[in-house]
Amino acid sequence: MVSESYYLALSAVLFVIGVTGVVVRRNPLVIFMSIELALNAANLALVAFGHRHGSADGQALVFFVMAVAAAEVAVGLAIIVVIFRTRHRLSVDDLSLMRW
Amino acid sequence: MAAVAFAIIALIVVGSALGLVLKRNPIHGALFLVVNLGGIAALYLMLGAEFLAAAQVIVYAGAIMVLFVFAIMVLIPGKEETGPDPRRRYRLAAVPIGAALLVELTLIVARRGAAPPGPAVAGGVETIGRLLFTNYLFPFELTSLLLLAAMVGVMLLAKRT
Repeated sequence: MVSESYYLALSAVLFVIGVTGVVVRRNPLVIFMSIELALNAANLALVAFGHRHGSADGQALVFFVMAVAAAEVAVGLAIIVVIFRTRHRLSVDDLSLMRW
Repeated sequence: MAAVAFAIIALIVVGSALGLVLKRNPIHGALFLVVNLGGIAALYLMLGAEFLAAAQVIVYAGAIMVLFVFAIMVLIPGKEETGPDPRRRYRLAAVPIGAALLVELTLIVARRGAAPPGPAVAGGVETIGRLLFTNYLFPFELTSLLLLAAMVGVMLLAKRT
């Protein structure tokens, strides 16, 4: 039996890798995948906490996170496709229109 | 036995996560992410969440990653990050900040200490389904609305104007 603390530590490592990926990478697709990584780390923490407290509510929350992530990916990829269609380049550094 | 399995899966999961962030080619990143999601599904199984493990493989490693690979193929990136990075100095600052975040999170996790193990929880379809249709009925219905809104929004965005 592995203690839940190890799952939480693993989840923390994955979350940090995901956040660093969001900042370091320039390709919006890879940034999106890094966000998925961070979401999964949070999901793992939810399941681990649910396991620790002997309740299934954490798993229900993970179910909702999955549904929201699916919607988010669909909309996000559509936005990326539209950006690529208008600019013919794909780098987050080009998208500074709304920055002061 | 369980500890050995956990160590192996944790190595695979962390390694594939690093591969996603470090590899330049987004297709390689997508394949690394599939490995990562599969490993997390295995961890769900070890935690007794059978339904979530199945949903993870079907929804994440299946549907979402197909969408990602499809978008990568359509947009043909891969040569987008080859040029010199004009903001390299700022980007590299992410590494120490990420390390600081990791230390912070580990401190929080370590301070909680080990709680006494609660009663074992069944993670099968029946438990989750019962919970979704009683305690979480309203959020469940809201999710359907969210998915509908996402579908309409994607159609609107993808329409050639």
